[in-house]
Amino acid sequence: MSLLQVKDVSKFFGGLAAVSGVSFEVQENEILGIIGPNGAGKTTLFNVINGFYKPSKGDIILNGKSIAGRKPHEICKAGMARTFQIVRPLRRLSVFDNVLASAFLRAKNKADAENIAVEVLKFTDLYEDRETLSKGLPLGKRKRLEIARALATRPKLLLLDESFAGLNPAELDKSIEIIRNIKKSGITVMIIEHHMKVIMSISDRIVVLTYGQKIAEGTPDEIRHNQQVIEAYLGEA
Amino acid sequence: MKKFYPLITLAVLLVLPLLGFSTYVMHIFILLLMWATIGMSWNLLSGYCGQVSFGHAAFFGIGAYTAGILYSKAGASPWLGLPLSVFVVGVFAFIIGLIVLRLRGPFFALATLASGEVFRVSAENMDWLTNGTLGIMLQKRLWVSKEPYYYIILAIAVATFLLMKYLISSKLGYFFVAIREDQDAADSLGINTTLYKTIALVVSGMITGVAGAFYMNYMGYIDPHIVFALHDVSIITIMIVMVGGVATQWGPFVGAVIMVMLQEAVRSIGSLGALHQAIFGLLLIFIIIFLPNGIVGDFGKIKRFFGLGRVRA
Repeated sequence: MSLLQVKDVSKFFGGLAAVSGVSFEVQENEILGIIGPNGAGKTTLFNVINGFYKPSKGDIILNGKSIAGRKPHEICKAGMARTFQIVRPLRRLSVFDNVLASAFLRAKNKADAENIAVEVLKFTDLYEDRETLSKGLPLGKRKRLEIARALATRPKLLLLDESFAGLNPAELDKSIEIIRNIKKSGITVMIIEHHMKVIMSISDRIVVLTYGQKIAEGTPDEIRHNQQVIEAYLGEA
Repeated sequence: MKKFYPLITLAVLLVLPLLGFSTYVMHIFILLLMWATIGMSWNLLSGYCGQVSFGHAAFFGIGAYTAGILYSKAGASPWLGLPLSVFVVGVFAFIIGLIVLRLRGPFFALATLASGEVFRVSAENMDWLTNGTLGIMLQKRLWVSKEPYYYIILAIAVATFLLMKYLISSKLGYFFVAIREDQDAADSLGINTTLYKTIALVVSGMITGVAGAFYMNYMGYIDPHIVFALHDVSIITIMIVMVGGVATQWGPFVGAVIMVMLQEAVRSIGSLGALHQAIFGLLLIFIIIFLPNGIVGDFGKIKRFFGLGRVRA
């Protein structure tokens, strides 16, 4: 059974269809990439899936249960966590406390939460920075902190919104490695990304959006050679 | 050494009344502890959880009137108002929360300000319950000396301090701060923001309500203009925490010491008249510009200014 089913989902803002009639499924333990030009509705789709917006139409099913229209915190409890494109760390807290705050979701007590936080920080290679105030972190680490916070809620499905944007090559490699490890640990990943080399190399499958509609779905190879995708987004080689 | 500060402070506070201060000085100490308690409760909701309330007079007043009405209408001891006010204010805070917690930032602040005023106007007009602007007066206060009142408010303040210490280091504390820093992010991390904001508001209201009930018992007289006062309760509460240090454990105490002393000092200069409010305004502006984290929060800054302490890289 697929972990997440998006069924004919639309989101209208007034007369504008930011997402219209999008359907796809996310299989357990795969990395699904979502690509598309700016304004294609990728982040809006995330916001609908994660509960910030109610879908105007359609249904979203996580683990066999409909989550359409539920609140973000309920959806998070149901096993979905996300990061934000524009990083939103809890600025005046240390890196450790940032992760601790979300570790409490599943922890039985504070010691348990601290264990989760340590484990996640080591996993994302932020352990050395645990005492730093999160507003003082460089962008690459702040992006990783977003991932760490999301992981601390012990998700089954992780939504990553442009976790690679603005990273330097070294940070990029580190993040790719972390996301591969996330998959290895059994978590399913859905990722929005503009960085073509990255998305082509880490995704198992890719969904392409343009003007709020899905125009293609398939393996990276299929997408790379899809004429419609080339016209709408990738451009001629 | 630092570990013992709370114990040393407590010891000093416990022996204070034995040192033979005048009743006026004892009165100042009592007010100081009461304001510190109110400050701590405001700090929970507004400092830690980030929901800046301009309406704590509502909770203070409801607490005071719970004790007052219990006495004037039911003929019971107004001291019963202390435990009862926890319940009554809790219910009112919950109801107020249903309305104001839907709003964010400045809109929340304005809504709480309005709620305080609504209760003041209501108390003025519901003569059958509150005696209107005549207020409620106790025929006789339980004690003439100040010491019993001092120890009661000290117990309330210490209990509040311990409760805050516990809450802030618990899961709730982390959730509160997460909500303060970014409500949407907190929500997407699985924190039920509405629930936890309501908890912060209700707990905060209850504590201020107990302080209000104590005020009734101690002062022996209340009227709507005193206990539902926008400036003399809601704003002073904010200033105490701002001056002392927002989201710090000791901030409300330090702020209460400074504000109560300042208020008394300014009041003793008769020729100032209404100008004393302007002095508070100037002080607030000064604090916000130079010490945005208050005296406790920016203590390092103050030390550096006077050339003390180490310079941190």
